[in-house]
Amino acid sequence: MKHSLNILKVVINLNELSLHILDICQNSIKANATLIKIIITEDLSQNSFQVIIHDDGCGMNQKTLSEVTDPFFTTRTTRKVGLGISLFKMAAEMTDGDFTIKSTLAKGTSVIANFKYDHIDRAPLGKIEETLVILVLNELEIDIYYEHTFNKKTYIFDTREVKQVLNGIPFTSHDVILWIKNNIKEGILDIHKEETT
Amino acid sequence: MKSLDDLKKIRDAAQSKVTMRGKNDGIRILVGMATCGISAGARPVMTKLVEEIANKNIEAVTVTPVGCIGECAIEPIVEVLQGETRTTYCRVDVEVAERIINEHIIGGKVVQDNVIGKYRL
Repeated sequence: MKHSLNILKVVINLNELSLHILDICQNSIKANATLIKIIITEDLSQNSFQVIIHDDGCGMNQKTLSEVTDPFFTTRTTRKVGLGISLFKMAAEMTDGDFTIKSTLAKGTSVIANFKYDHIDRAPLGKIEETLVILVLNELEIDIYYEHTFNKKTYIFDTREVKQVLNGIPFTSHDVILWIKNNIKEGILDIHKEETT
Repeated sequence: MKSLDDLKKIRDAAQSKVTMRGKNDGIRILVGMATCGISAGARPVMTKLVEEIANKNIEAVTVTPVGCIGECAIEPIVEVLQGETRTTYCRVDVEVAERIINEHIIGGKVVQDNVIGKYRL
């Protein structure tokens, strides 16, 4: 009984898509990825909001792949439920969208979630910059590529580019973290500005 | 706009400071960032910790997201590792995160209200 109550709590609180993204990316980190790509496409003419998370980690075999959307499947040993993927799938399906997960052993995994843009149940993206900063701070220094398109305008953030400029200064340097956060925040604001022509 | 030029300035400023230190020196703060932690509010907690450290110019403290340690019911969990000592905080919110920085990291005094265990490794 105690368990089911805890599950309920989780469902209520993951109310931003960026929180789901943070959660799904932890799987990529655990799969020994060296690069995680997060691609968000908002297309108002198609009424679509798409989130793609792609990694080059260890991948999964067909059997595991068929089990991952089951909330009672997990590879962890500390508890018996694994909710990350099933919750993200539910968030997409709630908006008349769809959810696909593809994986190839030793090649990587892709998670594709399609949302209906104006559906009342579509959660807002939320503070994606906080999600990305936390991902950048991962211990293994996995590269993060973030691409966000709103109609025709695109913003790209790529840690490989930042690393090149930094020339050995660690990401954990706090000025760098603040720069990354502001860069992402302003970049996304910028693509959402209406063209004044 | 925060441009790459701004980033270059930050780099040059950082290079002029001669602070050679290993990744594991000083204090490490670990924040549980699995599904349980995230849904309990670990992201704003981690953001607060990172911001406080940046704003107060605290040196040699790193904040790292980590997985689930199996105590999902008392997330968000924050661990402070200092030398041989490990302090585990549970049910941390933004206010407690601020207290951890002010009272524990700066003041050296454990925030007893939210601690679940303190032991030698």
